[in-house]
Amino acid sequence: MTFYEVTFYVLAVVALLSAILVITCRNPVHSAIFLVLTLLSVALIFLQLQAEFMAAVQIIVYIGGIMVLFLFVIMLVNLDVAVRQAPYNRQRWIAGFAALVLLAEFTLFIYQGRDWAKLPPAAAEAVQPNTELIGRALFQNYILPFEVASLLLLVAMVGAVLMAKQR
Amino acid sequence: MSVPVTDLLRILPELVLAVFGTLIVLVEPFLRRTQKSLTGYIALIGALLALLSTLAPAMYPGPAFNGLVLVDGFSIFFHFLLLMITTLTIVASFRYLEREGLPQGEFYALLLFATIGMGLMASGNELVLVFLGLETVSIATYVLVGFRRTEVRSNEAAMKYFLLGSFATAFMLYGIALLFGATGTTFLPDIARQLAEGGGMRTLALMGMGLLFVGLGFKLALVPFQAWVPDVYEGAPTPVTAFLSAGPKAAVLAAFLRIFFTALEPLSGSWVWVIWATAILTMCIGNLGALMQDNIKRMLAYSSIAHAGYILIAFAAHSELGIAAVLFYLVAYALMKLGAFSIVSHVSAGEAHQSIDDYAGLHARHPLLAACLTVFLLSLIGIPLTGGFFGKLYIFTAGIDANLMGLVIVGVVNSALSAAYYLRVVKVMYMSEPQGNLAVVPVPASLVFVLTLTVLGTIGLGVFPSPILQFAQQSVLPLP
Repeated sequence: MTFYEVTFYVLAVVALLSAILVITCRNPVHSAIFLVLTLLSVALIFLQLQAEFMAAVQIIVYIGGIMVLFLFVIMLVNLDVAVRQAPYNRQRWIAGFAALVLLAEFTLFIYQGRDWAKLPPAAAEAVQPNTELIGRALFQNYILPFEVASLLLLVAMVGAVLMAKQR
Repeated sequence: MSVPVTDLLRILPELVLAVFGTLIVLVEPFLRRTQKSLTGYIALIGALLALLSTLAPAMYPGPAFNGLVLVDGFSIFFHFLLLMITTLTIVASFRYLEREGLPQGEFYALLLFATIGMGLMASGNELVLVFLGLETVSIATYVLVGFRRTEVRSNEAAMKYFLLGSFATAFMLYGIALLFGATGTTFLPDIARQLAEGGGMRTLALMGMGLLFVGLGFKLALVPFQAWVPDVYEGAPTPVTAFLSAGPKAAVLAAFLRIFFTALEPLSGSWVWVIWATAILTMCIGNLGALMQDNIKRMLAYSSIAHAGYILIAFAAHSELGIAAVLFYLVAYALMKLGAFSIVSHVSAGEAHQSIDDYAGLHARHPLLAACLTVFLLSLIGIPLTGGFFGKLYIFTAGIDANLMGLVIVGVVNSALSAAYYLRVVKVMYMSEPQGNLAVVPVPASLVFVLTLTVLGTIGLGVFPSPILQFAQQSVLPLP
């Protein structure tokens, strides 16, 4: 087992375990923090795959943006009720059965399609710095949509201020 | 990296609009409360300058920004049409905003920004740019629809439009993603080449096409995606309703035509019958809905659904004649809808008197307004000597030319049916006694200007259709 594989499995296990903890924790704040851990390990897997742009976006957008939103909502809603409620409802046996069937189905499909999914080995040198490539595409070929997107954000901002401001 | 000057010349109208839109937002905070109407004049100058600057791309047609934008006759035609619509909407809003006490600067700025989006939809030759244009229009119009913040109906309209619109946007975006997945490109000519050569994944492309149709069909208010139209048109401020029924509709149709007639042309066997069926549904449901309305804005909303159906006849004809008919019809349609809604915005002062019964005896109060509204309604029916007549004539000719007899017959029957609800308004205006005591409000000069232009345009198109028709024929998309 190479170092590469070890790190991958560690990250994968961390991602999965914390994902399970997200849905089993009773305290929503704990759930949110485990979700951060899941997203962070996925970001690290992206980094390992040399998709550093994806990793950065994952951290900035998901952990930076969406998780803050989550935490705000958690702060705003009444938590006491949620903590006291049973995290599982009465259909847990049906749900468990359905999950097992789904697992068997996925296993079968992955087993049957194992040859189809084999990708040609990537040439080690072919991987280019993708942040740079995206930057080039964005500021050279796609400069116009980039500028239009900024206009779109301006429109949304003017609209939001207009709708929210005090009369 | 520097952008070539010709590239900038080809999007000059959009640049002018962006400058003036930003200028309004920057200037507005420094104006005193009584000076806010100045922003309207800035917007008017901007729109007129943009109209003038459309001559620049007209003189230097061709692709720009690595083929993202394609300036051809088609996009020039739409730029003239869309900028005319924006100009008339700005003038028609002058008195309305003052009367209702609405924030003026933001209104005009959003109107200009929406026009940029519409222009990009007309000249965009790549799906991402078209999508960004559509989103700019959509977000600006969501806000414009909800502009009367203290009014419940306006809020309801904006909420419905926003939620359903975002849903449609997601469909459209997913369609673009699937088309990209199927062909590996988002440039319309490249998609066409891929599909024509049998390359790409055909099933995926068909699914993408279907989702694009849903997304665009929603914005165009085709049946079965029309449910939002009556509520939104009713709740929106009337000048915005006028704008919605003319501008974004024309722009979406431009994108629709360009995407389906260039990129998805190789799949035309799969989409022509969808357009055919949608046309019949849209015409029938639009007209049946309009028959049952007592509110004039809702009636005109259903009528605009029905008119989208007529336009689809020419779309389904799938010929250059059909495209020319669509272009001509859009001009006539924009003029009559803008005119009719401008009159509604004046008569329904404060958005209170929207019932058709409130138009009883309008003839006695405002003989000229009643006469103008009659002209627009006759044009909407398609009576000779109005633009609506030649519009429908060319659409039906294109349909017959393409052997779509069934579709044309349904269209003609629907036109006859539509006379019932349009003429009802005319009858109420001229033959009923006025109810209650609606004050005779003098017609402001800005409205006189808009009505003069739209009435002259509507009658002008009905008497001398050939200049616009020739312009439309020269502006069609080249079909393979």
